[in-house]
Amino acid sequence: MQKILFKNIDVPDARSLDTYKSRGGYAALKKALSLPPEKLISMVEESGLRGRGGAGFPAGIKWKFLPKDRNRTIYLICNADEGEPGTFKDRHIMEFDPHLLIEGMTITAYAIGAHHGFIYIRGEYNWIAKLLMSAIIEAVTEGFVGYNILNSGFSFYIDVFRGAGSYVCGEETALMESIEGKAGRPRLKPPFPATFGLYGESTVIHNVSTLSCVPFIIEKGPEAFSKIGKPRSHGTKLFGISGHVNKPGLYEYPMGTPLRKLIYEAAGGVRGGKRLKAVIPGGLSSPILTADEIDVEMDFDSLLSIGSMLGSGGIIVMDEDTSIPMIAQKTAKFFAHESCGQCTPCREGTNMIKFLIDRIIAGKGGHTDLEQILRLCRYIKGSTICAFGAAAAMPLNAMIKKFRGEFEALVR
Amino acid sequence: MKKIALNIDGKDAQAAEGDTILNAARENGIYIPTLCYHPRTKQAGKCRICVVEVKGLPDLQVSCSLQARDGMTVNTTSERIIETRKMIVELYLSSGRHNCISCEASGECELQDAAYHLGLEKSNFPVIPKDLPVDSSSPMIIKDMNKCIQCFRCVEGCNNVVVNEVLEMGFRGGDMTVVCDTNKPMGKSSCVICGECVQLCPTAALLEKKAAGKGRTWELKKVRTTCPYCGVGCQMHLHVKDNEIIKVTGVEDAAPNFGTLCIKGRFGYDFVHSPERLRSPLIKRDGEFVEASWEEALDFTAEKLLEIKKTHGTEAIVGIGCARTTNENNYIMMKFMRAAVGTNNVDHCART
Repeated sequence: MQKILFKNIDVPDARSLDTYKSRGGYAALKKALSLPPEKLISMVEESGLRGRGGAGFPAGIKWKFLPKDRNRTIYLICNADEGEPGTFKDRHIMEFDPHLLIEGMTITAYAIGAHHGFIYIRGEYNWIAKLLMSAIIEAVTEGFVGYNILNSGFSFYIDVFRGAGSYVCGEETALMESIEGKAGRPRLKPPFPATFGLYGESTVIHNVSTLSCVPFIIEKGPEAFSKIGKPRSHGTKLFGISGHVNKPGLYEYPMGTPLRKLIYEAAGGVRGGKRLKAVIPGGLSSPILTADEIDVEMDFDSLLSIGSMLGSGGIIVMDEDTSIPMIAQKTAKFFAHESCGQCTPCREGTNMIKFLIDRIIAGKGGHTDLEQILRLCRYIKGSTICAFGAAAAMPLNAMIKKFRGEFEALVR
Repeated sequence: MKKIALNIDGKDAQAAEGDTILNAARENGIYIPTLCYHPRTKQAGKCRICVVEVKGLPDLQVSCSLQARDGMTVNTTSERIIETRKMIVELYLSSGRHNCISCEASGECELQDAAYHLGLEKSNFPVIPKDLPVDSSSPMIIKDMNKCIQCFRCVEGCNNVVVNEVLEMGFRGGDMTVVCDTNKPMGKSSCVICGECVQLCPTAALLEKKAAGKGRTWELKKVRTTCPYCGVGCQMHLHVKDNEIIKVTGVEDAAPNFGTLCIKGRFGYDFVHSPERLRSPLIKRDGEFVEASWEEALDFTAEKLLEIKKTHGTEAIVGIGCARTTNENNYIMMKFMRAAVGTNNVDHCART
């Protein structure tokens, strides 16, 4: 099976530049620098690469959105905030194969005309931030990053910026506010980052996994990428499987692999021979699936068609002993805690959902409380500044609708 | 200005290019409730109560921030919109101490107005108890965050209108609250007490301390006047009850101040009712000030000026203008000194 993101994962010391180079690293960068930037953009567009952070926006189109004026400052940001509960894919790339990301960023920067890039890494990944910084220094020393890269006349610098522990800073405009030194609160859109991003300049922002796919596409060609996976969901994806499975971990599979296969083949099935109860397929904000729904194929469209989403690919598996109301309580607590507080439906809504679920779990809730939670979920979604509101409302809505009996049993 | 045509609630409407949907609707007589929007702090998009549906755009759009475009079809009253607005107001009513009975803002509270507009007498959500300490450390302002609706208007006003940069929204999520400097009590902060935040506050979260308990909005008579403190001529409203000034606010839509006042104009009105205030001219006779009529005083002054001019010449006379009076008054003062008295010795109290 073709590995794109995990091609070096079993190689000892893959994180050193020498090992990375001996495995063919930075060949894609050399090839990229010999091509005109427009060619690179069309290659990425043809490959059908879609954002791996959750929204699945086509990368090539994002690059084409940039103003054509080449004299404008353009920033490239790598979103390594990875705050979605159940998600742990980017840290492995950065920790064990940092040069893959650095090469992907440098190629992307050359394609879009950026000379300054940021890696916004979540604060808890302190040691990974250090590893990244030493990898960048290595790359600068050998001329893969920095001034006049490989004597091509193109210069690109990378800064590592550590977040301070906020989930919403994974939202692209909140992330930019955070780099600018302000409170991490999402901006009103429009304007979008392509025209008004970091420091008010045009900005392209990508997830770690998205950028790490770029070297493969440039080196092997867009067809090699687009023939993997399914139509409209090309390439491979890292699936982080956690919860009640025998072999929790991170697995690279083509897009469109059935969820059943991931749980029962890759992760070795449900722990202790228990029955499967529910699965969260793409990080906490993706609506929960019941055991009957796991034949779904893990790609953008298939999950959307059954009312969930691929999200970050963080799969959380729950066995028959799991209490869904308790999961809902944790979920509500998380989103109430992480809401930035800027807009009312999200700030007050997530707080109210938490209050109501706590009351239900404590045995003091009534049937109207369930109805009020569903009412909140319905109207929070789509009325907030950023996607956080929907991310909080959708999973709770699904938990109550699909496991209503369990909630009913708790209310008077 | 170029006009654009759009359709709001099935009616054809015109708007100026670059205008927001909210303004376009209001100018065409369509009411959209707002809480965080204020004409001086502009687009905010925080409270989300002004949401509308725009054909072709996903989700709900905030009308205070989205620019109207030619050919847009806007709906301001769909079921989803009304339900979202109700949810927002109910959430507000459940999350703070919003009790109108003895609230100072009752009658001019925008949250009260929104609830009235939506026909909400109470929230269908349970009330989450909130009991934050009231900050009354400032000599002029009471800051009661139990009544705050996190509209950011005070923060915008402090940072971008008067540019004092004291207020900021601190903390996050449900804990979000207005903080002064690094979360200091207002009286210990770098606040210069201009009261801009009080004027912009849609509820009673920020309140004039001296006005508390002195009268309800509908009992107060609004008297428009010009601030007497300096030559800028700020326009203000005195809020008067029983011939006593209860509070002062800036006139929002009038030059030169457009609602903004300084600490003196907004809070320094006690002198009006001071018993120590001079009520008639005084002339010093035998070392004592004695009350005199205006006739007497003016005659006395003219006589003395003429006498000095005759014995010592015009260079012995100096005229000092007043910084607190108007340009017109100072012009007359200058004219009087040069033309009537005949000296160029004219100056200004702020320079002497």
